Formats: sequence, C-alpha cells, structure tokens
Amino acid sequence: MTAPFYPHDHDLSGLIACPRCDVLHRSEELADGQRAKCTRCGTVLMWPRKNAFLHVVSLSFTGMILMIGAIFFPFLEISTRGLSHESSIFGVAMAFSDGFLAPLAFAVLTMIVALPIFRFVALIYTLWPLANGRPAYRHAATTFRLVQELQPWAMAEIFIIGTAVALVKIGGLATVSLGPAFWAFCVLIIVIALKNSFVSDWTIWNAIGRK
Amino acid sequence: MNALTATDAGLVGCTRCGRVWPKDEGHCARCGAHLQAVDRHRLQAVWAWWIAGMIFYIPANLLPMLVTTTLGNAQKNTIVGGAIELWKHHNYGVAMIIFGASIMIPVGKFIAVAYLAVSVGNESRQGGKPHLHMLEVVEFIGRWSMIDVFVVAILSALVQLGFVASIHPGPAAASFALSVAFTMLSAQSFDPRLIWRGPDRERK
Repeated sequence: MTAPFYPHDHDLSGLIACPRCDVLHRSEELADGQRAKCTRCGTVLMWPRKNAFLHVVSLSFTGMILMIGAIFFPFLEISTRGLSHESSIFGVAMAFSDGFLAPLAFAVLTMIVALPIFRFVALIYTLWPLANGRPAYRHAATTFRLVQELQPWAMAEIFIIGTAVALVKIGGLATVSLGPAFWAFCVLIIVIALKNSFVSDWTIWNAIGRK
Repeated sequence: MNALTATDAGLVGCTRCGRVWPKDEGHCARCGAHLQAVDRHRLQAVWAWWIAGMIFYIPANLLPMLVTTTLGNAQKNTIVGGAIELWKHHNYGVAMIIFGASIMIPVGKFIAVAYLAVSVGNESRQGGKPHLHMLEVVEFIGRWSMIDVFVVAILSALVQLGFVASIHPGPAAASFALSVAFTMLSAQSFDPRLIWRGPDRERK
C-alpha cells in the first residue's frame, strides 16, 4: 500500500468513516430513496428520503400529542366480584414507589414517558429550521447527538408488549377494560416506527453542519 | 478484504456521525462526540459492565419478583417460578415470552458479549460480518429483557383489590432492571471497529 496521503482538513468533509467498521467512503449526493451501504460490513451509511425532515417533524408532533394523551387518560381498569381498580401510565411507574424500589419508579417513568417525549421535542427543535431551509438553531448538534445516544433507553414499544403480557396474566382473574391511554400508546408505537424510518443520520448531520 | 480504514489512513472517524478528522483531534467538530481511536484497552469497560450485570443477575433470579396476595395468602414468585406458574395454567405463549425475555436473552447476551470481547485480536477467529451481526442482535434484543420489569409494574399497579387479590413487586425487580441496564452498557461499550483489527495491526 502506498504511504497514506494526509489530505488537508478541508478535504476530509467529503469522507465518511463507517461508524461500525471504520472503512473510508467518499460521500456522494444520493437521489431520494437511494441507500448507501458500507462496502465491508453493510451498515447503512445514508438513506435520504423525500421530505424526510418534514415527515420527522410532523410525526414527532403526532407522537407528542399521543404521549400527552396517554399520560392523562385512564390506561387500564380491572374489575372482579364488584371490586375494581384502575391505573394510569403514571400509576404503573408508581407501583415501584414504595421503599427501596423508589429509584426504579423513576427509571420506569424515564424509559416509558420522559425519554420518548424528550426525543420528540429534541427532533422537532433540530429539524424544524432545517425542514424550512434555514440554518440549524444553536446547540442543534448536541441535541441531535442526545437523540441518538438516548435511543436504546426509550422503551415505549417494549412497554406496550409488556402490557399485553400482563393482560394475559390477569385474564383469568378479572375482567380488564382498556382505556384510551392504552390505544394512544399502541398508535404511538406505529408513529415512532414510521418516524425512525425517515431518520437518516448522515443526511441530518450534513444539514446541521452546513453553515 | 483490503478496504482502507480511517485508522490506516492516519485519520480518526467519528463513531457517532461518521465524519472523518485528523488523528490528533479530540472531539468531532460537527456532532461534538468524543473521538475514540480504535483501542483494545476499551474492552475493559465492556468487561466492567459485563461483570456488574452478572453480579446483579444472581439476586434477580434468587429473590422474589412478584408477591401475590389472594384472600390473605401471600405467594412469592421468582422469575422462573412465574414462568412455570404460567405454563401450568396453560398460558404457553406468555410463559415462553417471559422465559425468553428473562432467562434466554440475558444469558445469551452474557455469552455473546464475552465471546465477542474474547475473540478480538484472536487470529483463529472468523471475525467480520458474523461478529458484527451478533453484536447488532445483542444490541437490538437486549433492551427487550426489560419487558419483565414492565409486566411487574403493570400487575402491581393494576391488581390492587384489597383482601381479594393484590400484587406487589419484589426486590428482584430492581436487581433485574439493573442487570439489564448494565448488560446494555456492556454491549454499547464494545467498539465494533475492533472486530476487523487483528493482533498484528494492533502492535504497531
């Protein structure tokens, strides 16, 4: 191999190092819908889609409204032999609020409500000016980096599957009625999945980095 | 495969946004992430979180996860006990979800992360794509172990019918949640770029 050429700082902006395997690629303008994959490990490097920023912003707004609804409406109610008890999403997290499990209540609330909401707000903050062709707001880079770093910890979709499991467990004991918050959460999962499919990291970073 | 990596070119790639910088740069000027050279010593973090996760996984299985009180009788169930209970009541599907999420996924994760970390720099390893796929599966599926914690939360919040039936969370819920979080951190600290770097290139 020839001695590595050290390009001037300016030239590096056209290169992508695959975040997973470090192979260098030259970045090219892709047409909407085209995908660029790493030649060695197959990781998707770029996947721009038509009006992606606008889609992400509007889906984030939808998600935020659904989440606010899910917090305030009744979630589940059980009844058996004339007794009944209902719980909100908030009540579910508070199930751990007794004694030494209290930090877990906080963690659950963070994973199922706070982080999803934060990610919606942060995405809107990052992409709203970009969708309108204006330069990014201050600290947009930090905000979007947090959006990415916190992604594994936002567990709304796991929570809803957990609900399904809990329903089967209770099924034999009592009658369960599903409240509006349950349905809001189900729709929320679809909205989150749709939103994620429009996020192309490199495209967003490029737009943030553009002065 | 002779693909040129950023490290080979004397550069450093940002693992967060993919931007390439000169080797001595400390932070990515585009996304602000810390620029990390490919370095085997980073595996120490993987092992530290791995051990922490393992330590908390033991009480998670020995202590009760759920305390069910029906008509004055308290029954304590561990994770495995709960799955067996479900199986006995012919809820095979749910029993399998709980067993899979709470036993098979965590144990599989411990094995997979340890295997990936051990095989870094081992010449006889297959490496490459299969290892990256393994890491991606671990990263994707690892979070799903948290499902049992949510089930406990929902049951305890909902089944509060006084004397007739009430469910309370047991101490295993906390240690299980911590174990899941630590193993997630362990998988996240594994730098996949190490998969492709053999021992000869490390030494230079």
